[in-house]
Amino acid sequence: MRVVAARTLFDRIWDAHVVQQLADGVALLYVDLHLVHEVTSPQAFAGLRAAGRSVRRPERTLATVDHNVPTGDRSLPIDDPVAARQLDALGTNAREFGIELFDLASPNQGIVHVIAPELGATQPGMLIVCGDSHTSTHGAFGAFALGLGTSEVEHVLATQCLVLAKPRNLEAHFTGVRATGVSAKDLILALIGRIGTAGAAGHVIEYTGDAIRALSMEERMTVCNMSIEAGARAGMIAPDETTFDYLSGRPRAPAGAAWDRAVARWRALRADAGASYDTRVTIDASSVGPQVTWGTHPGMVADITGRVPNPADLPTDHERRAAARALEYMGLTPGTPLEGIPIDRVFVGSCTNARIEDLRAAASIVRGLHVAPRVRAMVVPGSQRVKREAEREGLDRVFREAGFEWRNAGCSMCLGMNADVLGVGERCAATSNRNFEGRQGRGGRTHLMSPTMAAAAAIAGQLVDVRAWRRAEVA
Amino acid sequence: MEPFVRHRGKAAALPRQDVDTDQIIPKQFLRGLERTGLGASLFFDWRAQPGFELNDPATEGASILITGSNFGCGSSREHAVWALAEYGFRAIIAPSFADIFFANCCRNGVVPVQLRPAQVDTLMQRAQRATVGGGHGYEVVVDLAELSVSDDSGFTERFEFDAYRRELLLRGLDEIDRTLLEEPRIAEYERLHS
Repeated sequence: MRVVAARTLFDRIWDAHVVQQLADGVALLYVDLHLVHEVTSPQAFAGLRAAGRSVRRPERTLATVDHNVPTGDRSLPIDDPVAARQLDALGTNAREFGIELFDLASPNQGIVHVIAPELGATQPGMLIVCGDSHTSTHGAFGAFALGLGTSEVEHVLATQCLVLAKPRNLEAHFTGVRATGVSAKDLILALIGRIGTAGAAGHVIEYTGDAIRALSMEERMTVCNMSIEAGARAGMIAPDETTFDYLSGRPRAPAGAAWDRAVARWRALRADAGASYDTRVTIDASSVGPQVTWGTHPGMVADITGRVPNPADLPTDHERRAAARALEYMGLTPGTPLEGIPIDRVFVGSCTNARIEDLRAAASIVRGLHVAPRVRAMVVPGSQRVKREAEREGLDRVFREAGFEWRNAGCSMCLGMNADVLGVGERCAATSNRNFEGRQGRGGRTHLMSPTMAAAAAIAGQLVDVRAWRRAEVA
Repeated sequence: MEPFVRHRGKAAALPRQDVDTDQIIPKQFLRGLERTGLGASLFFDWRAQPGFELNDPATEGASILITGSNFGCGSSREHAVWALAEYGFRAIIAPSFADIFFANCCRNGVVPVQLRPAQVDTLMQRAQRATVGGGHGYEVVVDLAELSVSDDSGFTERFEFDAYRRELLLRGLDEIDRTLLEEPRIAEYERLHS
């Protein structure tokens, strides 16, 4: 009798995509869905053209514009000629190579990691790639989804395959029940704070446990989205009824008898009993409070009730130097309570936290209130679909009346490639995913947090604990 | 891709951990359509700061970068590797690299060499000492055929490298050409899974 080793969810998806074993641990894998955007693709298409190659499976390729796009009035011409050139290039490439494109005029345009799930194009068991590190988002559906560089994008366009050394398995197990006011963003930030920004390097994270099962699909996307910030190759969550309920009836999801067959297949996507992980981390979700970053990478994070750390207290020389540099850049003094740090800007947006539930959560905090004087706050929906739904629910009015700018969909100030940037020394409460130096604008200072925390900060004009702040509002 | 077998060159030390690709090449340089023209913008914001390690004239002409762990973390932008390569770096030595960055290096003939932290510290200290007081710099040899790093002062260490990727680098092969050799397998996979 042949003994089959117990497999993890990731092992199972990996095995199903091996086209050919190329060397020990290195395989040629088949890609089910390739997402393309304007910034990391022009050189790949140019490479295809130079070599006289075509796109092997254009129908498995989907393009949109997101990184570079203006988020202001879409009826006006784009006033940035460099951005326009990149957007035009994607239009030309999509036409020439026969790829479906959601351009600025499309009702489906939006951040690539928001639109593929909302269209139902992202499905359990798939291997999904994109020239963007936050492709890990799609793992929320029980897919193996990873970010690639441009040369790999070109390779996938030409061959529909990817060459990869198999990553190891890491289980991030979240027990218990989240407290009120604590979000999916807080869970993932707490994990990154625990294991560090390289803590999952070379691994695929599988998120398990009651606190993960209790998350909505959109919350699961927030968790998987930031897997890359822990250094992981990908993050994933086994599909369940929450996943199927979300996908049912979406435009690109299977329908009718095909739907029933798909769900039957998807139900098998889970770890075998006794499957072993190379690394395991357990976090008690009930002990996690709202998280805020204080430094210049997402691992420099603390509970909002905490204080700016003293570099001298850190264990290694490398960490002490890194923390000292970060505090200098951030303009923070050791020992300062995080609560009460004044802010200048608020950004609600990004592939991490710009879905409809995020906007509802932020709106519930600001309804009937007003952004603090001197604070400039903006909401950038993750997609035009999210924007329309928010407007249907009247959330745009809630935000506008509270003094927020209400924008069109795009990556916007998460990475500041368009006109939405921080000024030198400006301090921002952001729902995005990276607080690197200069990420949101040269000299800008980013504090990452959840949508409700960012919304509360906008009203208060400073970092606040949304739990205490809510109680104060009620009283 | 230019083959990489053995390279001897001046080493520059960048003693920082978690250097992210936003620092290596900020977003304003991702707006082009080409793989070229990025070298001059390498570490753009840091170069504007006095005391930035690569501003030291003694590091001029360096082709091997010695740096801290988790180098190249964050964004998948291959522009980071294009900028490093155009600036002149052929190899990077660090205790660890971010996964996507590592893969991007291999596709551009830049060899990411992983050594133990203590070994990297030794190389870094030698590189730093060699630039003090207008020194002429410190040369290191990265040998991908022999899988070794060495210098003229007796340092020699082996490193590991995935055999498949090493072969492509040693021969300067185009990975797409290599994969297209598997065309019958790809077609068979598609037939079975459609």
